[in-house]
Amino acid sequence: MNNMEIILYTLLSLSGLGIILALILYVVAQRFKVVEDPRIDEIDELLPGANCGGCGYPGCRGFAEALVQADSLDDFYCPVGGNETMKAAASILGKEVAEKEKQVAVVRCQGSPEHRKKTSEYDGPQSCILESKTYSGDSDCPYACLGLGDCVEACDFDAIHMNPETHLPEVIEANCTACNACVEVCPHDIIELRNAGKKSRRIYVSCVNEDKGGPAKKACDVACIGCGKCVKVCAFDAITLENNLAYIDYEKCKLCRKCVDECPTNAIVEVNFPPKKKKTEKKPPPDKKETEKKSQPKDNTNQASENEQEQQNSNSDETKA
Amino acid sequence: MLKTFPKGGVHPEENKLSAGNGIKKMPLPKQVIVPVSQHIGAPAQAVVKRGDKVKTGTLIAKAGGFVSSNAHSPVSGKVKKIDNMMDAAGFKKPCIIIDTEEDEWEEGIDTSNDLIKDINATSDEIRNKIADAGIVGLGGATFPTHVKLSIPDGKSIDHIIINGAECEPYLTSDHRVMLEKGHQILIGTQLLMKATGVSKAIIGIENNKRDAIEFLTNIAKEYDGIHIQPLKVQYPQGGEKQLIKALLNREVPSGGLPLDIGCVVQNVGTTVAVYEAVQKNKPLIERVVCVTGKSVKEPCNLVARIGTPLSELIEEVGGLPEDTGKVISGGPMMGKAVSTTDIPVTKGTSGITIFNKIESKRGVATNCIRCARCLSVCPVGLEPYHLKNISENEDWEMLEQEHVMDCIECGSCSYTCPANVPLLDYVRLGKANVSQIIRSRKK
Amino acid sequence: MNTNKLIVSQSPHVSDKNSVQKIMYTVLIALIPAFLVSVYFFGLDAIRVQVIAIASCILVEWAIQKFLIKGNNTIPDGSAILTGVLLAFNVPSNLPWWIIVIGAIVAIGIGKMSFGGLGKNPFNPALVGRVFMLISFPVQMTSWPKVQVLNFAMTDAETGATPLAIMKEGISNGEPVSQIMNSMPTSYADWLTGEMGGSLGEISALALIIGGIYLVWKKVITIHTPLAIFGSIALFTGILYLIDPQSFADPAFHLLTGGVMLGAIYMATDMVTSPMVPKGMWIYGIGIGVITVLIRVWGAYPEGVSFAILIMNAFVPLINRSMKPKLFGEKKKEK
Repeated sequence: MNNMEIILYTLLSLSGLGIILALILYVVAQRFKVVEDPRIDEIDELLPGANCGGCGYPGCRGFAEALVQADSLDDFYCPVGGNETMKAAASILGKEVAEKEKQVAVVRCQGSPEHRKKTSEYDGPQSCILESKTYSGDSDCPYACLGLGDCVEACDFDAIHMNPETHLPEVIEANCTACNACVEVCPHDIIELRNAGKKSRRIYVSCVNEDKGGPAKKACDVACIGCGKCVKVCAFDAITLENNLAYIDYEKCKLCRKCVDECPTNAIVEVNFPPKKKKTEKKPPPDKKETEKKSQPKDNTNQASENEQEQQNSNSDETKA
Repeated sequence: MLKTFPKGGVHPEENKLSAGNGIKKMPLPKQVIVPVSQHIGAPAQAVVKRGDKVKTGTLIAKAGGFVSSNAHSPVSGKVKKIDNMMDAAGFKKPCIIIDTEEDEWEEGIDTSNDLIKDINATSDEIRNKIADAGIVGLGGATFPTHVKLSIPDGKSIDHIIINGAECEPYLTSDHRVMLEKGHQILIGTQLLMKATGVSKAIIGIENNKRDAIEFLTNIAKEYDGIHIQPLKVQYPQGGEKQLIKALLNREVPSGGLPLDIGCVVQNVGTTVAVYEAVQKNKPLIERVVCVTGKSVKEPCNLVARIGTPLSELIEEVGGLPEDTGKVISGGPMMGKAVSTTDIPVTKGTSGITIFNKIESKRGVATNCIRCARCLSVCPVGLEPYHLKNISENEDWEMLEQEHVMDCIECGSCSYTCPANVPLLDYVRLGKANVSQIIRSRKK
Repeated sequence: MNTNKLIVSQSPHVSDKNSVQKIMYTVLIALIPAFLVSVYFFGLDAIRVQVIAIASCILVEWAIQKFLIKGNNTIPDGSAILTGVLLAFNVPSNLPWWIIVIGAIVAIGIGKMSFGGLGKNPFNPALVGRVFMLISFPVQMTSWPKVQVLNFAMTDAETGATPLAIMKEGISNGEPVSQIMNSMPTSYADWLTGEMGGSLGEISALALIIGGIYLVWKKVITIHTPLAIFGSIALFTGILYLIDPQSFADPAFHLLTGGVMLGAIYMATDMVTSPMVPKGMWIYGIGIGVITVLIRVWGAYPEGVSFAILIMNAFVPLINRSMKPKLFGEKKKEK
């Protein structure tokens, strides 16, 4: 009897407490209800959820909120989710979104110790930003990679690693989401986002040295010396020379690789091209150039067709090879 | 009891190796590299071009604004080129490179050693001459002197304070200047007093320079209104704010200037430059540089033309020692380690300190043990360990609330840290970012 | 030309000769008098407890650092040794070895390394270990062997209670304080020199004060925290004593017995877990003093210093954030 009473009272008091608290919670929830657009949740679910900030907003939810409020989606892009995510988000919002080409981070410095002699020794916290506040770097090139790996730490996707031999960061393309984190963190602005290009083939000037040719070459064997040879050889006006530094516009570059051969210091780098087999293989590039020339007028009018065209080009390229 | 500032401070080993050696004149360098900007403020604009002939004292770069300073040719010769060269801060900056031919001075400059005591110039004339001569604070901060002397409307000052503290270990250039150019200092001080209309001046000297205190006290009797005050040896007493606190017990308000509490502070070296500019028409083209270090053969104080490469000064004291690990432009507490000895002497180069390999290595940083030593030595009353943590987390707004901009970068915190945490490195990073934020806010 | 590469780093380029290691070893030196006293009164047992505690602390830290954190060896900084010594100082001399080892694992493993090692722990590791042992093994942790001068035979000594336990027992039985004091086997002079029941290191107030003076002289600790603790305990118990001398013991009794000296001088002043600015130290010390007296007089345990320090440790981050050093040139309030 006594035991029963205890159990009864316990049950009664606990459930009573539960009911009272539930009521309070309910009242509070109703009173302070935040009316939120349900589409925010929907879009938030679509997004990758990495909260990397690559879109320029604080986390994925912030981006979702901004998307819902925006009139036009042109200025928005989730680099991690890419076009598919953006399309899905646009369809929820009933808006259009322009397709953007996939981008990837490239490291524009080849100054490994064998090319670029160290002239001093930095002693301090192992962080590029702190070294860059101390002085211009431990070699004669004041623009070069400091090699302390701030970019590696900034990357949320395990897409950039230091190569222990070259002391330079290397991007793992498959992981790179072009979130811009490494670009922002690099104090010497060495990392750049470039269009991944067809078949992930890219050509770029792997140097950011703006010194005149003499000092640049003296500081580093593979520096861009601003000779302008590449500018002359480029048939597409894709290369510009400013402050003694060549730059290849990835929108204009047709991947003909002429500049790569022309560069006297090997500062221009090609990525993911099939290896050249010396003399016999010299033909493909000119061929490619011709076909690309034909496609050029179309480029400006229609991007999609250009992509198709290029795909065909590269396909034919391969069949020839 | 000797006066000093009450809060914080450290007392590093003094190592004033070159205190007993008189000032020697450097031979003319074969080539000078004159950075266009050797001061704080707007960069100056070069007014010469390649191939121009210049004389010693010719204006070669004109001030690019009010808070800016002229630069003059330190030698006579031909402008070789204007190019980006490495400066002491470790970054490439535009420099005018002049090949020395001879030492022919610009007309109107009195190069004799005669002492001119009578002050004829009016206060405006003094200020203009100081501005024309390109004089900046020679203690190392290189703030244009004429700006400091221009008292804005509504502010009034009652004291000129001359900084002879030289609290940096190793350096002795100010000490020797006080011993050898005492009269010039006092006349220069009087010129500053006249320029600002002040009747009182105090020269604060740390007590490890007794001979200088005695000498200046003796000759100061000939000059009105100048008082010599010995100070207890304590770093960073040479900091403007700490010096005023020590001498007058006034505190510069947070974020304010010495002007706000009626003071103008000038370095002793600056007063000599003022004397030469006003009484002798001589622009600032040379300065006393102390070249020192434990492994240096004969540490000494050299008068070098601006633009002389550090390597020539080091040759003069017996060459770079074999075991050199670090060459510091300035003293060990606030100086900048340089990556090459090809950089030139600038207006702010008060010394060159050479460390051997063992002295050069920083201790390995370990975890902070929250011993609070950094708090107790901070002369400003900041919490360096906390600032470092915030800076590491990149929370710049919070950093600003924690008064990071009041930090004078004296380095006492890093100096004293038992865990060898590079506190100041991070605080500097924070300051750079916060000041950027403040600047962008003003726009 | 010098072919050597110059080293570049930010200023300052010099540093004083201090190091974490030096600080730790200075504290260890300061603990030597108390250690000698413990050997004098507890014989070889004192050395046995010390050795086990130090060895297990070092081992635990080394193992965690090597296999879990995979970091550098941190033993040379001396903090593990110090934790071991303090842990040993906080236990009775006849404690079985396996309890000491458990205490060391808790102290180093949970109290220190789980937070990231030296400097990151919010609580004093030795006290974390001690309180864990006290709660888990109350019988072993509170059976104090009677002191025997220079007895080096490893026999099972008689056990007796500490003065604080006698007092607590007596008061709860309703005896007046004067009667308890008379029946107590030891007196004020004994407490000062250390001839009383208690943990290894806490018995001799004199030896601990000598070490404390050395620490203050070496500038390892500041005097604020100990003074605040002593002052607040003396004041609080003094008021109680004045109200009713028959139910509350006098301030001298409270100061000299139990772990007040050891706690105030060595445990509360632990740099890592104590406030940074003097103002904060006063608040922290007063808090420890008040909580200690509360536990001693009204709490379930006869002794409360360990708990008091741990409780106040928890407030340290708060104190550090709210107590700021005075800023140079801070704008004074308009009067």
